[in-house]
Amino acid sequence: MATKPIKVTLNGTEHSLEVEPRLLLVHLIRENLSMTGTHIGCDTSNCGACTILLNGKSVKSCTVLAVQANGKEVTTIEGMATAEGLHPLQEGFREMHGLQCGFCTPGMIMRATELLKQNTNPTEDEIRWGISGNLCRCTGYNNIVKAIQYAASKLNGTEMPAELKEEVSAEE
Amino acid sequence: MGCKTSREIGGMGHPIKRKEDARFIQGKGKYVDDIKLPGMLYLDIVRSPYAYAKIKNINIDKAMAIPGVLAVITGKDLEKYNLHWMPTLMSDTQMVLPTDTVMYQSQEVAAVIATSRYVAADGVEAVEVDYEPMKPIMRPKKALEPDAPVLRSDKEGKKDNLIWHWETGDRDGTEKVFQNADVVVKEQIYIPRIHVVSIETCGCVADFDKVEGKLTLYMTTQAPHAIRTVLALVAGHVGLSEEKIRVISPDIGGGFGGKVPVYPGYVCAVAASVLIGQPVKWIEDRTENLQADSFARDYDMTCELAANKNGKIQALRIKTLADHGYTDAAANPSKFPAGMFSICTGSYDFDTAFTEMDAAYTNKPPGGVAYRCSFRVTEAAHAIERMVDRLALEIGKDPAQLRMENFIKKDQFPYQSALGWEYDSGDYHRALEKAMDIIGYDDLRKEQAEKRKNGELMGIGICSFTEIVGAGPSKDFDILGIKMFDSCEIRVHPTGKAIARFGTKSQGQGHETTYAQIIAEELGIPAQHIQVEEGDTDTAPYGLGTYASRSTPTAGAAAAKAARKLRKKARKIAAHLLEVSEEDLEWEPGKFSVKGAPEKAKTIQEIVFASYTNHPQGMEAGFEATHYYDPPNLTFPFGSYICVVDIDRSTGEIKIRRFIAVDDCGNIINPMIVEGQIHGGLTQGLAPAMYEELIYDDEGNILNGSLMDYLVPTAVESPKWETAKTITPSPHHPIGAKGVGESPTVGAPPAIANAIIDALSHLGVQHMDIPITPYKVWKVLNEKGAALEV
Repeated sequence: MATKPIKVTLNGTEHSLEVEPRLLLVHLIRENLSMTGTHIGCDTSNCGACTILLNGKSVKSCTVLAVQANGKEVTTIEGMATAEGLHPLQEGFREMHGLQCGFCTPGMIMRATELLKQNTNPTEDEIRWGISGNLCRCTGYNNIVKAIQYAASKLNGTEMPAELKEEVSAEE
Repeated sequence: MGCKTSREIGGMGHPIKRKEDARFIQGKGKYVDDIKLPGMLYLDIVRSPYAYAKIKNINIDKAMAIPGVLAVITGKDLEKYNLHWMPTLMSDTQMVLPTDTVMYQSQEVAAVIATSRYVAADGVEAVEVDYEPMKPIMRPKKALEPDAPVLRSDKEGKKDNLIWHWETGDRDGTEKVFQNADVVVKEQIYIPRIHVVSIETCGCVADFDKVEGKLTLYMTTQAPHAIRTVLALVAGHVGLSEEKIRVISPDIGGGFGGKVPVYPGYVCAVAASVLIGQPVKWIEDRTENLQADSFARDYDMTCELAANKNGKIQALRIKTLADHGYTDAAANPSKFPAGMFSICTGSYDFDTAFTEMDAAYTNKPPGGVAYRCSFRVTEAAHAIERMVDRLALEIGKDPAQLRMENFIKKDQFPYQSALGWEYDSGDYHRALEKAMDIIGYDDLRKEQAEKRKNGELMGIGICSFTEIVGAGPSKDFDILGIKMFDSCEIRVHPTGKAIARFGTKSQGQGHETTYAQIIAEELGIPAQHIQVEEGDTDTAPYGLGTYASRSTPTAGAAAAKAARKLRKKARKIAAHLLEVSEEDLEWEPGKFSVKGAPEKAKTIQEIVFASYTNHPQGMEAGFEATHYYDPPNLTFPFGSYICVVDIDRSTGEIKIRRFIAVDDCGNIINPMIVEGQIHGGLTQGLAPAMYEELIYDDEGNILNGSLMDYLVPTAVESPKWETAKTITPSPHHPIGAKGVGESPTVGAPPAIANAIIDALSHLGVQHMDIPITPYKVWKVLNEKGAALEV
């Protein structure tokens, strides 16, 4: 099959590749560029496990063709931590026990990244609607909501809700 | 809960953060689809559009003409090696690939092997199959009618579609009680077929090394050791010998029972790798997963409860029709074709019960996986908890009151149930009282009475379940003959850091943390210095895997026992080092000291170091122990859940206002993890109660076979769960723990159903089958003339 040349920046590194026009962005990331932190949980764009940031906007990478990412910046879970340490969302998921099997976690974190950019101090209800395009089968969502609240407090400098503080101080 | 160990040691009861999280939050988990081997090929599967059809011809020419397609494997190809059929866990048979007939929609028909995922999919499109469709049987009742065509004509002499009849209890005694009872209530309760929907689907990478003759199989399996043995038994004749089979279960993205059975895709990948001599990857997509494997429930139960006029329960009778699909591939212990369904007498004290079941073949895919449920406990708990509410309604008694009056009392434990189980421990009154206190039960009933006067609909539902988990004692429990013990091997390195390996396999339960905590509790080595490893059959001790809430009851116990063997050895070494007798030493977590002279002490780290550098003559060097734990009994976690719902009279929309779960799983290893398990299980209980059901039409088509139509709850549908606990330790388990993963999945559906039915009961509603959707409620409201015109 004929291929197309594309240039994609993945987590800050530019890649030039020849890809089939039908190649999905999620497969470009996982197979061609070997970044396997982005997962695939469905084939109908319902589960959100493959959520990444495309030019800062959260998208389901199973619903985007690799060629559509030409000239754009892709951020995946592997691009979240910096030299200073974990992103507050990563920290929040660990502190609040917001994951169990971990399969939906990268997508949840990427989705929540954009959510917190759009709304720096979301209510619980806004968080629940904000992640309603991402499925988790393990946690029942209680602690994912808390993980995002934790990160929101860290990022916007407001005081953490009391029930979150309790858990942070409970034990290390 | 008071902890015996310090924060630094992090033994039982400490809510320590999970050790496994570091990799998962940074995208460094290693799931099966992340594995990429040199020369790896991709397998994709041709599936049947028909539920029941003859295969007249399979033409692979067009597929083979596609560059990159290397092979197309059909049933006829496998037949040459006698690999076209395989045994199920229940000793039935299942096709790997069909030679002449397909038995369910989406059944595997052929496997295409290609150089890439995309080319394999192209190959699947190009395979031409000529089918001759037949009329499928989609309802078990139809399947058991005397003139029904025999579906399993492959079985010699099979004259009907009955798989088995099973019964337990006192048929005549029960009949007698029913004849003389003041009150008898009866309901037909259907638990629909549902799907586990772990966010990761199933898959594997089979890597056969032709030179070594060794197969390495990376596989989404909850029971890697059992898989290795089964492979050796069924493929021994083609040269796969057990020492040359290595099953590796990498990180698993949720299992919930769906990753216990062996599915045809795995076998096709193994066969392809053995034939071609290159690694072969098979990853099913979600639609394949939803349509072809990992199915649970599908029980149609006729339930009857007998009581005296005060509501004292006297007997229970349940007759079930079970739809197993075209083969009995249920994942049950061998002697329990209906799993632990006989826990259906629940939390109540009465001595007469009878239950029987007919299992039928139909043209559905194989069902019966133990979906977050210790083998059919979910169905059993739904039956009894619905019937207790039904009885309360019948005699006009508050359902909480009726439960309190019928509960087994705490001084009756160990309690012999009417159907033969010995419940280890419980305090059912305390759990329900606690739930009622937290939710403010009496006030809610007053509010409900007020609301009814105004025509508003509000309901309160209770479920006081008893679970039965931890299979199981070897006298009764085996899978394909292998006894259901589990194991732990602890190896402590000279500097006092350890690795512990287990026969189980976490799929999100947090074993790397909790098992380390059990060992930390027993040895005083900090949990952070204990590495836990599972899932590699070349290195881990043999065990039957993780499902049915069995890891803590079996492997958790093995961890404590192995650690205690090491503590015994540590005492000997400490006595040697301190030059005192063993009896003069006392233990506190992390060290032995001399009685009356606490300054004379040796830490566990010093003792371990000595075991490599200065062990007493005559003693074995090193610091290692293994234990295979065969539990003396099962464990019986329990709990009381209360759900409050409000219903919109114009739309039928159901809103869960509050849901409190009081769970008792005995002693707790890590309260943070236990609470997380309960949240997740509750949402998986909410799912079938209100949203999920796989629907088939009479032609055998699945009507909601993708995540667009199969409604997995999101964060919006899931309420903010409230949890609380009581602690009643198991008297026979080494650390007093019971297992918890499945309690909420078992307990939530009846609590929610009871709440919705309670909201409608004054209109004359006595029962509704799950999932109770807004449409079902809206229809009922219209029938009863209670709908509000919009």
